[in-house]
Amino acid sequence: MRASNVLGRFLVVILLTYLGLLAVTFFIGRVIPIDPVLAIVGDRAPEHVVARVREELGLNKPLWEQFYIYVSKVVHGDFGTSVLTSNPVMQDIRRTFPATFELATLGIIIGAGIGVPLGVWAAVKRGGLVDQIVRVMGLVGYSIPIFWLGLMALVVFYARLGWVSGPGRIDIVYEYTLVPVTGLLLLDSARAGEWQAFGNALSHLILPASLLGYFSLAYISRMTRSFMLNELAQEYIVAARAKGLSEARIIWRHALRNAMVPLVTVIALSYAGLLEGSVLTETVFAWPGLGLYLTNSLQNADMNAVLGATIVVGSIFVGLNLLSDLLYQMLDPRTRAMVQAR
Amino acid sequence: MSAAGPPALDNEGARPLGGAARSAVRGERKSASEVARNGESLHDWLMSDRPRSRRQAAFGRAYGTWRTFARNRLAMVGLLIVLGLVLTAAFADVLSPYNPFVGDLRTTRLLPPSAAHWFGTDDQGRDILSRLIYGSRITLFVVVLVAVLAAPIGLAVGTVAGYSGGLVDAALMRITDIFLAFPRLILALAFVAALGPGIGNAVIAIALTSWPPYARIARAETLTLRQADYIAAVRLIGASPWRIVWRHIMPLCVSSVIVRVTLDMAGIIITAAGLGFLGLGAQPPMPEWGAMIANGRLYVLDQWWVAAAPGAAIFVVSLAFNLLGDGLRDALDPKAAK
Repeated sequence: MRASNVLGRFLVVILLTYLGLLAVTFFIGRVIPIDPVLAIVGDRAPEHVVARVREELGLNKPLWEQFYIYVSKVVHGDFGTSVLTSNPVMQDIRRTFPATFELATLGIIIGAGIGVPLGVWAAVKRGGLVDQIVRVMGLVGYSIPIFWLGLMALVVFYARLGWVSGPGRIDIVYEYTLVPVTGLLLLDSARAGEWQAFGNALSHLILPASLLGYFSLAYISRMTRSFMLNELAQEYIVAARAKGLSEARIIWRHALRNAMVPLVTVIALSYAGLLEGSVLTETVFAWPGLGLYLTNSLQNADMNAVLGATIVVGSIFVGLNLLSDLLYQMLDPRTRAMVQAR
Repeated sequence: MSAAGPPALDNEGARPLGGAARSAVRGERKSASEVARNGESLHDWLMSDRPRSRRQAAFGRAYGTWRTFARNRLAMVGLLIVLGLVLTAAFADVLSPYNPFVGDLRTTRLLPPSAAHWFGTDDQGRDILSRLIYGSRITLFVVVLVAVLAAPIGLAVGTVAGYSGGLVDAALMRITDIFLAFPRLILALAFVAALGPGIGNAVIAIALTSWPPYARIARAETLTLRQADYIAAVRLIGASPWRIVWRHIMPLCVSSVIVRVTLDMAGIIITAAGLGFLGLGAQPPMPEWGAMIANGRLYVLDQWWVAAAPGAAIFVVSLAFNLLGDGLRDALDPKAAK
């Protein structure tokens, strides 16, 4: 009974947030811009043409009804047609999303894989060299424009050193030899046993992914450090030391395990943040993902595509946010107890 | 916080007095402080445990904050860079060695850094240093305008929500959450797409996406202040809710919002530069730093300096704002430090 209550409230929050999200995009799309009818027929069109187009677009209906129609369309995955590609926006998004997903996922693996141990180390040797490095990396990460760092990285690692491949996802030679099963080039090429293509895709992927990884690393390591400091000051750590446990066991098994609870939230949030970071990164690296699709549509004033991509990114963002909330409640015995007590 | 409480009440108490009586009180206070200043050094007067006037207390608090802040060397570096940015923007026409808008296409196109052109020249033969100097005006313009637009919105929403509670609070906070639910840059992109590209619209879009955290902070502060005795006292005197929020709650939320705004300024600069980079912010030939990077991107593999210089400028200024914000936070709220 109580558990279902909590779940019910949770669902209401999700529903309200998504409705609000749609309200914002609806507002941006329908209310702010210049008259969409004029945009279609031009300002010299006769009166009756304007009236007919207005009716076809459903713009003569009351605003709430327009919103209702809009919501029901979006719920069915209908974002309208892209002016630029003349495909349904949903189809474009499905096509571009795997590239972004692959990039952001490798980014978060790099970010969390290095960031968490680094943060733990910084907390254990507080004030030491690693602690200073984490501090500086955090400051730089918050202060540097990602697109500029990407450009400079391209100059150094691609143009000067030649360590990695340049912009794009894969060389044109391999582009059509791969059968897209998952849309993730690393997985597809590994499944087909095309190791040359795999290597090529990886050499394209590694630079933008490391870049995104760095930005999440800066945040994750800082947060890990502060959570770990918090845990290491607790009495159970003293008790574990008194019991004679090894320092490594205390740090990695006892303290980190408790620090992981809030850390899961942080990692989920920075994963969502990478979606945002990918907009600029994809532009710099000509990475054919959702971010590049969004910016291309923006530059061509393709509002259906812009709003569709915005809704998708926003939904994933909201979803990850809520998921991390839920995970937090499931992982932390204290909040679990509180929920039950209520 | 509690130190700032009583003076507000004191002010309310003084209200029924006539104008003459009030000025008499104020005059007496002033002379008391004059005496104090003659008797002891300025430092002692400022650091006094028992300020004899409201003014002395306020100055004393500011002085104490400044002393804590000034001890933080990195924060001072940040402050100096920000001051340097302000001066650069103010004296851009004196400082810049060349015309930032017109270059010589025949002789000075894409020159590498040299003694004549410290940061080289761009594809139109314009001196990059001069453009950076003029660009500081745009950066400052964006930062100040976003702060001036977004902070009051957040402050108003947060204090009203926190003080009224109930349905108003729930509704306002849900709206705040919805805005927070969007990734900031993407929401700003969508707004600019609808409003049309341009520096003014970029500012509006960034402001529209930056107020929610301020609202959250202001609400949290309001919730702690709401139960304070002095608010109960003001309510007993018969002050209206609007007056309580406006005169007695909002002023106390300002400092934490200012800290947050300062910490956000780096983010604002980077977002504005991102919009400029995507061609949605300032339009050419305006020397906006993000747009300059976008322009340099075309030549980045051979003439790297065209894109390198404006990015470095963004980095230095953002870093300065971050250091300044960290220092302010530590000075104003010692609890949050570490």
